[in-house]
Amino acid sequence: MGLDFTVIPSYADALLLGVLWTIAITVSSAVLSFFGGIMFAVIALYAPLVIRLPFRFFAWLFMGTPLLLQLFLIYFGLVELGIDLPAFVAGVIGLGLHFAVYNSELIQTAIVAVDKGQMEAARTLGLSRPQALIKVVIPQAVRDVIPPIGNNMIALLKDSALVSVIGVTELTLSAQLAIGRTYRPFEFYAAAAVLYYIINLGMEAVLRRIERRTQLSR
Amino acid sequence: MDIDLMLRVYPYFLEAAWVTIQLSVLTIILGLICGMLGAAGRLSRFALLRFLAAAYVSFFRGTPALIQIFLLYFGGPQVGIQLDAFEAGVIGLGVNIGAYMTETMRGAIISIDKGQIEAARTLGLSRFETFRKVTLPQALRLMIRPLGVNINAQIKGTALVAAISVVELTYTAQRYIGSTYKPFEMFLIAGILYLIIITASGKVISYLDRRVRLQ
Repeated sequence: MGLDFTVIPSYADALLLGVLWTIAITVSSAVLSFFGGIMFAVIALYAPLVIRLPFRFFAWLFMGTPLLLQLFLIYFGLVELGIDLPAFVAGVIGLGLHFAVYNSELIQTAIVAVDKGQMEAARTLGLSRPQALIKVVIPQAVRDVIPPIGNNMIALLKDSALVSVIGVTELTLSAQLAIGRTYRPFEFYAAAAVLYYIINLGMEAVLRRIERRTQLSR
Repeated sequence: MDIDLMLRVYPYFLEAAWVTIQLSVLTIILGLICGMLGAAGRLSRFALLRFLAAAYVSFFRGTPALIQIFLLYFGGPQVGIQLDAFEAGVIGLGVNIGAYMTETMRGAIISIDKGQIEAARTLGLSRFETFRKVTLPQALRLMIRPLGVNINAQIKGTALVAAISVVELTYTAQRYIGSTYKPFEMFLIAGILYLIIITASGKVISYLDRRVRLQ
């Protein structure tokens, strides 16, 4: 069986829809992982010991296990708890939480590295501790780690392919569905690879813009 | 939590963990070989080799590893490559992590001070001798930690071959979640085994890192 790429155009619509879903899931998970990462960092640093210790244990567990395994846990675990979420939402929660833990590690280091004088000055000006944290310390910490968080988001885009196994019809699953009808795996996986590559280039361009803008405010 | 069930099924997870260890070791070895070739290509004097190595890195880092494995395993037979799932998993994952290792190794090599190379050349060492005796020993020291990060990611990355039905840890967990409806218990067994493997490999890496630093 040779290669025949002429079968691809008739599935172009399905593949492009898959691209849109891949972008949707990546952007939603990226936003969740960004704000989740900030929240996790604050919990890991400032929460009372009874919350902080179990929290750190779970963060360690999530950093040491594969994303695919976590997706199975979340997808089937939610069903077990009687929560029936659409696959897309389960996928966003899984991807978002997984990368929130990684972002949180970066943000924690950055928060600790912010000059102590900043907190003191904010407190002297009459801000409460939470206010000082939210308005003074965290913005500076987050700005410092925008580039490595961007690298995590590139990894997130590629890992979004994994949610195909829990039934989200994004690019990978769209390709698989087309293969199911045509029996042309090479052609469609190659097409999917090219499309991922293009999304990746677009995302890198967006991240570079964000990096430039946030570093200007220094 | 159903401890009885966990005690009953964990031997199957141990067998699966052994497969995960084999996958990890084989893909890391293949990754290191691809990384060395890739880094040599990226730093080559010849434009063609530089281009090929850059294209290799760009493709494998720019597309999902899952797609690469599917392309090899399901698409391979169409272009005359017949592999079983384990072989496709090892080759797919190894070549993939090799692209990341290429950049790690290249980064370490180019961070060596140019003055060192000039000094060695002035002392009469050939280009090859300079690389082997001056650049490489220093670069090796710099690359062990970042390679450790690649290796850590790769051990977790072996879970991807569950999608082509290689019976490793994640596949086993998935199968037992499906048959017992106890997702959290099965996750915990597999998770602990992954953590043991990753902690052990981390210890080996920091031991190597300390040794090269002492010299």
